[in-house]
Amino acid sequence: MNVAAFRPPRRIQRRFEPLIERALFLCAVLSIGTTIGIVVVLTIETGAFFREVPIVEFLTGTEWTPLFAVPRFGVLPLVAGTLLVTLIAMAVALPMGLLSAIYLSEYAGSRVRRIVKPVLEVLAGVPTVVYGYFALLFVTPLLQRVVPAMAGFNALSPGIVMGIMILPLVSSLAEDAMRGVPRGLREASYALGATRMQTSLRVVVPAAFSGITAAFILAVSRAIGETMIVAIAAGQQPRLTLDPTVPVETMTAYIVQVSLGDTPQGTLEYRTIFAVGMLLFIGTFGLNLVSTWLRERYREAYA
Amino acid sequence: MNLVADTLGEARAGGRTIAWRRAADAAFQTVALLVLLAALACLGALIRDIVVDGAGRLSWDFVTGYPSRRASQAGIWPALWGSVFIILVTAVLAVPVGVAAAIYLEEYGGRSLPARIIELNITNLAAVPSIVYGLLGLGLFVRTLGMGRSVLAGASTLALLVLPVVILSTREALRAVPGSLREASYALGATKWQTIRHQVLPVAAPGILTGLILALSRAVGETAPLIITGAVTFATFAPDSIWSPFTVLPIQIFNWVSRPQADFHANAAAGILVLVLLLLSMNAIAVWLRDRYSQRGTA
Repeated sequence: MNVAAFRPPRRIQRRFEPLIERALFLCAVLSIGTTIGIVVVLTIETGAFFREVPIVEFLTGTEWTPLFAVPRFGVLPLVAGTLLVTLIAMAVALPMGLLSAIYLSEYAGSRVRRIVKPVLEVLAGVPTVVYGYFALLFVTPLLQRVVPAMAGFNALSPGIVMGIMILPLVSSLAEDAMRGVPRGLREASYALGATRMQTSLRVVVPAAFSGITAAFILAVSRAIGETMIVAIAAGQQPRLTLDPTVPVETMTAYIVQVSLGDTPQGTLEYRTIFAVGMLLFIGTFGLNLVSTWLRERYREAYA
Repeated sequence: MNLVADTLGEARAGGRTIAWRRAADAAFQTVALLVLLAALACLGALIRDIVVDGAGRLSWDFVTGYPSRRASQAGIWPALWGSVFIILVTAVLAVPVGVAAAIYLEEYGGRSLPARIIELNITNLAAVPSIVYGLLGLGLFVRTLGMGRSVLAGASTLALLVLPVVILSTREALRAVPGSLREASYALGATKWQTIRHQVLPVAAPGILTGLILALSRAVGETAPLIITGAVTFATFAPDSIWSPFTVLPIQIFNWVSRPQADFHANAAAGILVLVLLLLSMNAIAVWLRDRYSQRGTA
């Protein structure tokens, strides 16, 4: 095909070849530049922040009131808020995602899979601001009917909705891992008289364990970095608590809160968002690395 | 369905045990199916909730109107135009670089050390929270490069955000091109670049385009990075140049959701409907492209 478009090589063409490769390489290197850019920007501003606030106070302080007259810079309440919402989201996304993956990989016929998978992808493609709306104006009122003491802003509702948002990610990555398990293992299990449930839970899931773990870790990373759902539905009160019925503030929601106000550059308040962002970046980037490493490992095991 | 397990199971296990195990299996299958259906039901509930809340507010005046302090008169034109404008600029910035990077990694890089480092880096970048890109955009484009709170600063930030997705999807499209096509081209004396330019890219084009549209439709729904780079939340003018201040649909929706009055919540739901229509039409184009050219791609 396309023979008509083919032109015989010319000398000039040959001389340009290395230049083209060099140009393409530079474009690929830009992605490294992005990582370096993130690290540099965060390091500069965070460095300036730590010249004024001791790093120990930042990491161990239990009060976060940078916008008050007497500011306190203990990041733990924001970390606690983030972890609380993430924990709730994982309690929804992990079991549901894993069960969905087992059903799609081990039970469903190809027709069901062809219909269900794109619909699950739609769930993953819904903009997060829409989930925020859903959490604040649909799920929270629903929860308040069950638990009347539930505040209008709380950790439970955005946590549940975030879990639903992350479910397709867990399900599709876990399913990929399980489908990578060789058929022979399943057939050996059936030959020993195991039912599909026994084969799924005792053979397929353990065999795909590192891939499934990689999916879980990536899901945690996604939950920690998720912003709009919590900015809309969790409230803006940094609070060191495990109570899911009261307003909390996550690291991401704090960054949004400050960005919505008009914070002049160079102030300590402006720098707090970079310090919090740095913590967020280190946490999620570390989790992503572990997840990638695990996935590589399982790929090698059954390649 | 359970043929292998049943025949073998009956042959070996005692009656009580096998009945129990089959019941457990059936129960497990039912639970797993219910969980899957529950996830799909959530999507149904979400769509229903938003249509019920927002359909009444949706009108031509709403789409072409400007924001107002009165909910019933407010429209979304500046935000809608802002979204379209910023996505076009993002595409101009991200697509050439992303496609070029993918060509390098897929056709030139191979398993060389730099290519593998870049690859690992891209996989990790794809999972960095979007809000962190917002901080990068704020520090780099808005402040250091002096772009201010402009369309250009926002679009540059989004371009870096979608770049990993563009690269990953373009690589997949290139990988689908059969190697025999490249070998035939080399056999005729074509250089590497001539082979890529005249043989590989035309065949991969529909796949690349589909991936690009899906990557950009993700950027349409992004809110957080643009809030950080300083998109305005109350825009009364549609942006007319890349230096204009701007807002986008998701930020306008966020602004309306955050107000206590129920009237504004209806506006937010109607805004979501417009946003979803925009996303659906982008996805429809992607699916159409894939179907229209898929026979040629596999030839």
